[in-house]
Amino acid sequence: MKILKYIFKRILQTIPLLIIVSIISFFIIRLSPVDPLAELRLNPSVSQETLQKEAERLGLDKPVIVQYGLWAKSFLKGDLGITSNGEKVSVKLKERIPNTLLLTVVVIFLTWIVGIPLGILAALKWKSPFDRILTVLTSIGMAIPSFFFAVLLLIFAVRTGWFPVGGLTSPNFADMGLISQIKDIAHHLFLPVTVLFTISLAGLQRQMRANMLDVLDSDYVKFARAKGLSEFKVIYKHALRNAVNPLITLLGFEFAGLLSGAALTEYVFQYPGLGRLILEAVLKSDINLVMASLMMGAAMLIAGNLLADILLIITDPRVKT
Amino acid sequence: MKEVIEQLLKDKFAKAAIIVLGLIYAALFLADFLAPYTKDFSDRSMAYVPPSKIFTIDENGRLSKPYTYNYIREFDNETLQMQYKLDRSQKYYLKFFAKGMPYKFLGIIPMKRHLVTVEDSGRLFLLGTDINGRDVFSRLLFGGRISMTIGFLALFVLFPIGLLYGGISGYFGGKADTLMMRFAEAVMSIPSFYLLIILASILPSGMTSIQRFILIVVILALIGWAGFARVVRGMVLSIKTREFVQAAKSIGQSDLGIIVKHILPQTTSFVIVAMTLSVPSYILSESGLSFLGLGIQQPDASWGNMLKEAQEFTNIIYRPWLLTPGFLIFVAVLAFNLIGDTIRDVLDPKSQMR
Repeated sequence: MKILKYIFKRILQTIPLLIIVSIISFFIIRLSPVDPLAELRLNPSVSQETLQKEAERLGLDKPVIVQYGLWAKSFLKGDLGITSNGEKVSVKLKERIPNTLLLTVVVIFLTWIVGIPLGILAALKWKSPFDRILTVLTSIGMAIPSFFFAVLLLIFAVRTGWFPVGGLTSPNFADMGLISQIKDIAHHLFLPVTVLFTISLAGLQRQMRANMLDVLDSDYVKFARAKGLSEFKVIYKHALRNAVNPLITLLGFEFAGLLSGAALTEYVFQYPGLGRLILEAVLKSDINLVMASLMMGAAMLIAGNLLADILLIITDPRVKT
Repeated sequence: MKEVIEQLLKDKFAKAAIIVLGLIYAALFLADFLAPYTKDFSDRSMAYVPPSKIFTIDENGRLSKPYTYNYIREFDNETLQMQYKLDRSQKYYLKFFAKGMPYKFLGIIPMKRHLVTVEDSGRLFLLGTDINGRDVFSRLLFGGRISMTIGFLALFVLFPIGLLYGGISGYFGGKADTLMMRFAEAVMSIPSFYLLIILASILPSGMTSIQRFILIVVILALIGWAGFARVVRGMVLSIKTREFVQAAKSIGQSDLGIIVKHILPQTTSFVIVAMTLSVPSYILSESGLSFLGLGIQQPDASWGNMLKEAQEFTNIIYRPWLLTPGFLIFVAVLAFNLIGDTIRDVLDPKSQMR
């Protein structure tokens, strides 16, 4: 019960945060000298009527604060306006957000599956050649610019023809059976996942190694050993649990970093995700789309942090609720 | 501080990293002299020329002064592509420390000598040319000046802001603290790269390159201050309970004076570590931004905007020399990371035991 109350309280706390985020984003975007309807005006397929409606909805002739109020009102109603192509922003976002979530979730899952054991092993074999090699490899992983790595992998894909370049699905995706559909998506995901995985694995492995070394050095682990517990039990029952807890807090940050890193990777691989959407929107100065995707990015980040906090109370009873 | 430097020189990796960075910065400092061409030199008839081949053994198999051939463009009737072939009819000998294109060393001293140039009407493109027929090697040197300093400049803007914001928030506490921290958290809640591209995109066009450079520095600084301010606030919360703060208060020191003169200096070692650790991320941010075309603009060079050409398939497959800026970014970031790791180890006594 206490946990539920805490979760409820944390969810309530995100509301003022989202409001401030929206104010900041709104004013940054309004600072730009660009006419928000310029692209729409140039598009011949958009009728005069729609233009009029948009101008009215955004309240362009009114002061900025009123404009913000109008924007917030229609945002809460779920009306995010239209893109410069005349499509609905909400439809566009619905199409892109799951793709970005899929990418980040797969990457986080893989980094945890691989990074945690590697961190433990490196800590147990501390200062062995294995540990040294891993340290060098993770340094390299952290130093390579994501977009450059993506470009290199692209060369590889084009040269070998082993991987499809761009998109998330093949053109004949709709005609496939379920299993080949999953295979097709996995095939397309492989390269972007490899880039993001390499970059975030390095950080996680290092963190896990450092935590594990700290814990192995602590008194209760020495005591457990002195008591004659098997090494397996010492490590996997006592040490591991305490070493993983700080990583759960990091999960939120990892998610944030991935959202940012994914933007460039999505751009290079032409992956239909939120990051590429916002980039294209920025380049076209498509204000509605920029504003909405900024809010969605922030909401995803806040939700990620929230999730990490909730996970932490479940795994670590010491956290005050 | 002395101990830190000693430890740095003891560590093999850190020592190598320092040497590499030293060489890079020395090369960038001497860029005008080392580069065979000036930043704005371009030969439109020589777009995408492959790297010049330098020969030291002549056609008779005898050792000779280093020389090179020019490339000529030829249409290959079989592959239907434009190709560059060596024009073996005319040799061009390399000249060292000879007079070449005039430049101003460090923007002040007019000079003409270059480390290496080639005889008149010869062309020396050590790393090939880009779409505008500009020498990639020379532009790497000039671009490095921007890429390798922008991170430091951003930090010098960001740190005072973060220190003051965190200091005020932590020192006064209460409602001001809550409000200020909520604001900082909100800034942190926007995925940083999204914020970066949006800020960069609202920069008005038609600025001079210096103005744009300064604004990019400010934007980079605007991304990182919030996280830094939060950590500083945490430290200030504990520092402000110490006796010397009470003492300063009792002799009537103003609040701002206490924060700036007495509290913030206590965070120095943290600030140094945080700075060395965050330089690489700013180098990466700038290159990412310029890669997208939102950062440093043509005709100025930066490693990021030079890589912009690598976005095209034909370029990355047939003209691999255009990828060289990426390797330099990688080497520089790796070197900064290795130094950062060592500094962290030295300043954290717990990790030293290991």
